[in-house]
Amino acid sequence: MKFIGLIRANLFRKKVRLLLTLGSFAVAMCLFGLLVVIRGAFNQGIDVAGANRLVSYNRIGLINPLPLSYRDRILQVPGVTGVTHQNWFGGVYQDPKNFFPQFVIDPESQRKMYPEFNIPDDQWQNFLKDRQGAIVGAFTAKKFGWKVGDRIPIQGTFLPGTWEFNIDGIYHGTRANDDESQFWFQWDNFENYIETKKITRYLGMVGWYTIKIDNPDNALRVAKAVDSLFANSDYETHTDSEANFAAGFAKQMGNIQFLILSIGSIVFFTLLLVTGNTMAIAVRERTSELAVLKAVGYSDRFVLLLVLFESMVIAAFGGVLGLLAAKGFTLLPANVNPIRSFFPLLYLSAGMFAVGVTAALTVGLVSGVLPAFGAMRLRVVDALRRV
Amino acid sequence: MVRVDGGGSSNSLIKARGLGKNYSRGGEQIHVLQALNLDVEQGEFVAFMGPSGSGKTTLLNLLGGLDVPSAGSITVAGDEITNMSRSKLTQWRARHVGFVFQMYNLIPVLTAFQNVELPLLLTSLSKAQRRKHVETALGVVGLSDRIHHFPRQLSGGQEQRVTIARAIVSDPTFLLCDEPTGDLDRKSADEIMELILRLVKEYKKTVLMVTHDPLVAARADVTLHLEKGVLVEADRLQTVSSGGAR
Repeated sequence: MKFIGLIRANLFRKKVRLLLTLGSFAVAMCLFGLLVVIRGAFNQGIDVAGANRLVSYNRIGLINPLPLSYRDRILQVPGVTGVTHQNWFGGVYQDPKNFFPQFVIDPESQRKMYPEFNIPDDQWQNFLKDRQGAIVGAFTAKKFGWKVGDRIPIQGTFLPGTWEFNIDGIYHGTRANDDESQFWFQWDNFENYIETKKITRYLGMVGWYTIKIDNPDNALRVAKAVDSLFANSDYETHTDSEANFAAGFAKQMGNIQFLILSIGSIVFFTLLLVTGNTMAIAVRERTSELAVLKAVGYSDRFVLLLVLFESMVIAAFGGVLGLLAAKGFTLLPANVNPIRSFFPLLYLSAGMFAVGVTAALTVGLVSGVLPAFGAMRLRVVDALRRV
Repeated sequence: MVRVDGGGSSNSLIKARGLGKNYSRGGEQIHVLQALNLDVEQGEFVAFMGPSGSGKTTLLNLLGGLDVPSAGSITVAGDEITNMSRSKLTQWRARHVGFVFQMYNLIPVLTAFQNVELPLLLTSLSKAQRRKHVETALGVVGLSDRIHHFPRQLSGGQEQRVTIARAIVSDPTFLLCDEPTGDLDRKSADEIMELILRLVKEYKKTVLMVTHDPLVAARADVTLHLEKGVLVEADRLQTVSSGGAR
């Protein structure tokens, strides 16, 4: 504690430089935080995927549907404890920029399949009774200012027309990184439209199946059994774990992810070099002072630790500032944060925050090591001669 | 009594025997000090003079444990410092040596108080005890009213006084002053010399000082000249010089 005055005085010796060094550290760590956030957003589906859930979709591609009749046959496969189906809707609310995922769901099986989504019972019951009802995730509801009881129009794209929905309920994820951006509406509503408009391509067809299994260890066996059930049919299936299914989605944007991460990493590394260099200069400027400290009895080890500590204090403060900025960015509402249009769930977890602080401290340590060793090895006689 | 012939009494405070220091420059060996002997007793004030490059500062650095000799030994208050490890030597310096440099070498971001307190931070003294010691030291050098001033807010003479306060605050065995007036005008230099003399006379401090200035050197009890790596007493030098003239 008695050396705090010395450390503080050294840190604040050149306020502008301190500010710039802190700033460069903060920018680097903010970038680190954002890279973690974006990487997390790319892989969000994988992180929250249920280990006991499989997804079965048309072998030709996800855009091709599967017959609704498959549901009962899948249920017969040993190890399968539940099946639900979804369709992609892809409608537009007011403006195409207002993207959020919309799914046609089978309400009963959907709720059993996804216990991680919390919906008040009274809202759920209203939804079941309301053919034009919809359940919306808390994020999307907040983004558009929707509340239960609102009636909202959505413009169909590949199923044209204006679809009117009643917001019957709002769901919340039970885990911090659960996706709260989805919009669900009833299979009956969808089916009615298809039948009325006589759109044969989608008549009795679903987008994909989500299958619940009794034990994650059986995933491979069940997937094979499901696929072999429909082998050589007009609608062959490809069944995979939910995590792999989500990873497949993420992989589609793999190049963008790689590009963002590589550019980010290069900028991050460059900033670290700049910071390290600044710290080395700061130590070099104090050569004679360090020599005086040694002359009056401060040990080589003390001088080493002094320089390292100063470096790490700057790193810690800059790092925490940068990570807080990244965290703040993830909390910005969608109307001022354009990235949220693509990634509704931007999330910097406490764990990753801690990793960031550790990374900052490590960088502080690494960038301080060379100047600190130089200071430690400094010979008083040589240093004073340089003055 | 100061002696340079190696025949000092056994109770000399500082005793150097056969001291040598060589440097290697571009493959060539430069012998800065050669078989030098020195005995200084407690409370003596010794000035070292000599041309530039004669090894005055090198000698001071060796006596202060800032550098190690190539040959010979140095004993201070019974401790032979020449065989001490680097870390032991650092501890020894903290206890026994007060340094006063020509360029003051104060830490610019610390106040006069904090600069003087630096050596005491290494001790087990409490904050209140440290404060008392620092205030006393600054009082001795006449800077009680400049305690919270930063070096840039002080004149050169005042900065040097702070350096002296830092040198005496831990009550070291002896003071090493390397051209303490070299960067000061005559008036300030006189004031600093008055202060050093007071430390010797009132506080019985042993002071070894390097200077280029004969007027400053004249204030010391004895002036030693460094000639070709060995020490020669001033009066003897004068005799030799006069003899040479005859």
